[in-house]
Amino acid sequence: MKYLDEFRDPKIARKLLDEITAAITKPWVIMEVCGGQTHAIIRNGIDQLLPQEIELVHGPGCPVCVTPLEMIDKALDIASRPNVIFTSFGDMLRVPGSKKDLFVVKSEGGDVRMVYSPLDAVKIARKNPDKQVVFFAVGFETTAPLTAMAVWQAHQQNIDNFSMLVSHVLVPPAMEALLGSPDNRVQAFLAAGHVCTVMGWEEYVPIAQKHKVPIVVTGFEPVDILEGILMAVRQLEDGRAEVENQYARVVKREGNRPAIEVIRKVFQVTDRKWRGIGEFPRSGFALRSEFEKYDAEKRFALGDISVEEPPECISGLILQGLKKPYECGEFGRRCTPQTPLGATMVSSEGACAAYFAYHRQKDDSVEKN
Amino acid sequence: MGKTIKPEDLKCPLPITGHDTIQLSHGSGGRMSNELISKLFVWAFDNPALRKQDDQAVVEVNGLKLSFTTDSFVVDPIFFPGGDIGDLAVNGTVNDICMNGATPLYLSAGFIIEEGFPLKDLQAIVISMKRAASEAGVQIVTGDTKVVNKGKGDKIFINTAGIGLIEHGYDISSSNLKAGDAIILSGTIADHGIAVMSKRENLSFETPITSDTASLNRLVAEIVRVGGVHAMRDPTRGGVAATLNEFAMASHVGIRIHEDRIPVKPAVAGACEILGLDPLYVANEGKLVAVVSPDKAEAVLAAMKKHSLGVDAVIIGEVVSGQSGMVSMTTRIGGQRIVDMPVGEQLPRIC
Ligand code: SF4
Repeated sequence: MKYLDEFRDPKIARKLLDEITAAITKPWVIMEVCGGQTHAIIRNGIDQLLPQEIELVHGPGCPVCVTPLEMIDKALDIASRPNVIFTSFGDMLRVPGSKKDLFVVKSEGGDVRMVYSPLDAVKIARKNPDKQVVFFAVGFETTAPLTAMAVWQAHQQNIDNFSMLVSHVLVPPAMEALLGSPDNRVQAFLAAGHVCTVMGWEEYVPIAQKHKVPIVVTGFEPVDILEGILMAVRQLEDGRAEVENQYARVVKREGNRPAIEVIRKVFQVTDRKWRGIGEFPRSGFALRSEFEKYDAEKRFALGDISVEEPPECISGLILQGLKKPYECGEFGRRCTPQTPLGATMVSSEGACAAYFAYHRQKDDSVEKN
Repeated sequence: MGKTIKPEDLKCPLPITGHDTIQLSHGSGGRMSNELISKLFVWAFDNPALRKQDDQAVVEVNGLKLSFTTDSFVVDPIFFPGGDIGDLAVNGTVNDICMNGATPLYLSAGFIIEEGFPLKDLQAIVISMKRAASEAGVQIVTGDTKVVNKGKGDKIFINTAGIGLIEHGYDISSSNLKAGDAIILSGTIADHGIAVMSKRENLSFETPITSDTASLNRLVAEIVRVGGVHAMRDPTRGGVAATLNEFAMASHVGIRIHEDRIPVKPAVAGACEILGLDPLYVANEGKLVAVVSPDKAEAVLAAMKKHSLGVDAVIIGEVVSGQSGMVSMTTRIGGQRIVDMPVGEQLPRIC
């Protein structure tokens, strides 16, 4: 991995840290939007290396964390039915619904399969014409082109036993909502590089202008993140609020046109509920009416599903950058990756799981068990 | 007559948390497997040899010290780049026997075969077991065959058990780590897990990734000859991360490792990147971690490097006092983090 080593080089990292320290004159709060970045920050110990003036807060960008509990319960309901093959990306399998998770459904005899691509789910549907094959379409703009492609393929090939439980969410509306909140503390954003790879960064320009926040499109390696922070700090110190692209080796201003096209063909923008935070207008994708027959929620009569979140879980506040995981009373006590109470603990990219796995010493009272 | 056991005596004193049924994660070598073993099996079968929870038990018969172990192999696919379920079943048990410095001698082989399984595949597996046994210098002296109805088993499962002779005077066990000890890894990590996963998921990479399955007993003999070894283990399920955590917990010490010293083949690192997996948690089948007293560390390392299975051996860290039970890592860019015990199987991420 020659190409990657460069972005993990300790010498370049050190130099960027020195430049950040030299550039900074006062405290700033910067939010990394994406769970992948949170994970990289904690995993590499970047937060401990930064000057004290910088407070990094973790954003809502973990698709597993923000998938509403009732959606997971719907998935469990469908997956438990006979004659259904339920497919999903790996990290959704362990997310608990109100009572169990997909692994438990599998242990009870449900046909639950992990796939690396939704296109594999279409293949499974083709091979099993007597079964209903369902794919759990979770994720941000990053995974949307592939899920859209799967629906498109099923449509082209007249595969009728395939459907999707769609819970796609979109990042820019969530950023807008956070900035509009009276509690907002975020002064600059590191925008999620992967999302911008697909969608480009044009849509961030009005957000940066309206709310006067610097937004730096940032990659996922340590050097990417440090460089993104440096660019954000420089803007903050200069009083600028622009969209800059740290991840130019991958992200183009206009994004990936063919990917955007297939998304537009299959999905339309819709209001969506984010777990722990609430409903944001126009913050998700849903299937267009011409593809309705691939909508698993319509295909399976699911009845009413009402759910209750554990009241002690503060993951909503964590996802908005208002609290840190170790400020939760259950962190490392009742709530661990093995017995998660909230989704920020169950998803390996959730902030609680990242702190638990890599950083427990932040809270000395937490014993390793 | 022994004492009659009443049902109320069998009530499990420590509840197993979280699940009423067995999950895949209970077999993954991580935290859930650990809990199942200590709270159910060790509690029920309790005895001093088992309580040590090493991968093999040390038992004495007429003054002879024997290393005794068993392992079952349920890999899917059964043929993968670099090996198959047959050599895995031999090498895995040979490796478990010898991780306390024993010389492996005899194995048993039990086969559970699903009706309809191709005979030519069984032949291929048996020939590969024969080859692995002769390379390791062990004999398969007894066995058993069961055939189950179609659909009642997944192609073929193999159980191997084995015994070996302990002739050295050291006490090599996961509970023997001392502050200052060096942690030596015998070579690149994650090769086996990624080879199997890429075959299973039909992922192809530019450089083919092959399993590292191999018997480590001759490498172990070199290490034991130099001396100073406190603990050894082959980091299979749960990877190097699980092994180090087990060491740290069993010995009540801390372990610090250094990210920049951990050898990972570029193709394997790339595959882990794509799948969102951490190589520290991925299974190996031909690697060992040795914990060696500081005065012998360089000599052990030199001896390992002379052996074909240890050419890439490297000191990846040290045992530290304080931080009991905790494994930490200095990251490539100089930060610190914990290397936690895996909870269950690692799952590829969404984005
Ligand atoms: S530690 Fe657990 S209970 Fe607390 S906020 Fe995180 S997920 Fe919720």
